[in-house]
Amino acid sequence: MSTACTISGLSFRYQNAKTPALDSFSLEIPKGSSMALLGPNGAGKSTLMDIMLRWKTPTDGTITLFGHPLQSYRRKEMGRLVALVPQDENSNFAFSALDYVLFGRAPYLGDIAQPRQEDIDIALDSLRQVGLSSFAERPVTSLSGGEHQLLLLARAIAQRPRLMLLDEPTSALDPANTAKVLAILARLHDQGMTLFFTTHDPSMAAETATHVAMLKDGRLLSSGTMQKTMTAESLSELYDTPMATLSHDSKLFVYRTASDS
Amino acid sequence: MNIQSNQYHARIKRNRLLISTCGGLLVVLAFVTLLVGRYPKAGFTPPARIFNDPLMRNIIVNVRLPRVVLAILAGAILAGAGFVFQMLFSNPLVEPGFLGVSQGAAFGAALVIIVAGYSTVLVQISATVFGLLALALSYILARHFRFGGWMLRLVLAGIAVSAIFSSGLAMLKLVADPTRDLQDITFWMMGGLWNSTWTNTLSVLPVAAVSLAILVAYRWRLNVLSLNDRTAHSVGLSPNRDKLLLLFVATVGTTVVISVTGLVGWIGLIIPHLARRLFGSDSRHALPGAILMGAIFLLLCDTIGRTMLAGEIPLGLLTSIIGATIFIIILTRRRHGANL
Repeated sequence: MSTACTISGLSFRYQNAKTPALDSFSLEIPKGSSMALLGPNGAGKSTLMDIMLRWKTPTDGTITLFGHPLQSYRRKEMGRLVALVPQDENSNFAFSALDYVLFGRAPYLGDIAQPRQEDIDIALDSLRQVGLSSFAERPVTSLSGGEHQLLLLARAIAQRPRLMLLDEPTSALDPANTAKVLAILARLHDQGMTLFFTTHDPSMAAETATHVAMLKDGRLLSSGTMQKTMTAESLSELYDTPMATLSHDSKLFVYRTASDS
Repeated sequence: MNIQSNQYHARIKRNRLLISTCGGLLVVLAFVTLLVGRYPKAGFTPPARIFNDPLMRNIIVNVRLPRVVLAILAGAILAGAGFVFQMLFSNPLVEPGFLGVSQGAAFGAALVIIVAGYSTVLVQISATVFGLLALALSYILARHFRFGGWMLRLVLAGIAVSAIFSSGLAMLKLVADPTRDLQDITFWMMGGLWNSTWTNTLSVLPVAAVSLAILVAYRWRLNVLSLNDRTAHSVGLSPNRDKLLLLFVATVGTTVVISVTGLVGWIGLIIPHLARRLFGSDSRHALPGAILMGAIFLLLCDTIGRTMLAGEIPLGLLTSIIGATIFIIILTRRRHGANL
């Protein structure tokens, strides 16, 4: 399998920080994979995503995206290749849900262009894919937390990206909405999109992802396919707390075995 | 999908109709206000009089027409720039004054009045220069602040710059000749269109028209820029570059206008609110709507101000009283989830 994204020797240090947020981090994201990025709080997950979006510039290291250096893409091309589903995002203005999803069409439109009928059709289709069709003309300020997360997902889908970055896509959702989001991610994966998401929930990662990467103190601890990488040993080391795994019904469950304190 | 598509297109159609209505209303209003004034007697002039009274014609062409055009331009720019600021700062309570522009322009006007005496051209130049200087200062300060995100730093810098210029202004007032200069400064700060000659109006027209054209051209992108910068970046925009361009354009338009009109407050704050209530939050229609509504609002206020009393009521006073009243009504009657 060829790679969607190759990260090598990536380092990043925040101003006035004693230790780097990322320290010679290297990772290959296979094309068409669904990769979960696991790591404790402050491990550098968000920083890594920001660098992959070119929102932050690394101190050192290179990223190759679909065969070309990340820097070689123009801004609009980046928006067509990589979409972001942020963790929380609020609007102070009561746009309609359809207007909001249309924003995902920005990389396909000129600076002073207006959305075309084609863009409106794509946005409506994206809303349909996340089950929000009937919400098209509802103001986004009236949506629930779960509906809002689905809306952000729809916007990313409307971007028609090849790589989708998701920041904690289910951490704020109840089980029903989590199931909805995971089903949508599974469908996108089946359609061939490469998914890369952060999560604090190893069981959710095991349920959804084909691959996993473990990030600790800015370094890559281990990465690879789910079965090979998601072991009790690596998880215990990652979170500095005893963890165990359990296979049941061809599903992998992860749980804490004991606590030090 | 068809139902949703139809609902969407119905909204677009309704908004376009509303914009045309506002535009039509503005044109009618402009013609009507040309016939309203205090010559030959207070009130409405029968149109027939234009044909047989040369002085009437002269007043309409050389006194009322430049004033009506200036009122339309000023209302359009102040409302449009206010709208753009609110979107860019993702904050419905912001207007160009927030970057120190108004206080800078006021300082510039006062300075020139004291140094050289009141002269329209000099006040215009000085107010524009100091308004832009305030913007530049806010920008440079914001770049050096080590706290918060870009937009927060800009607002904080704007507060500091405003404070510096308003204390400078207070000092100028202290040393100003109270029989002459102080009155001019106070009058300028109250805002008004009494010095609207063709020279003044035409000196504002090109910059105002270009600013408006640029802001309107960017109206859809303005929606995307109201999201947080990281999101705007992730959909292929360069938020810092785009925001800076639009801030600059909105500010230049504003300074050029207030250099002639003085400080006319509340339009930039209140009209965008009303426009979003009428058109919804999508700037594609709300921005042109706000521009037209601002023009209508200022034209109405100015016409009231110049005809109601024998002397003129300063425009800034009228817009503030009416604007603040509407503001209070809106905020106390806000429905749940209503458009901000």
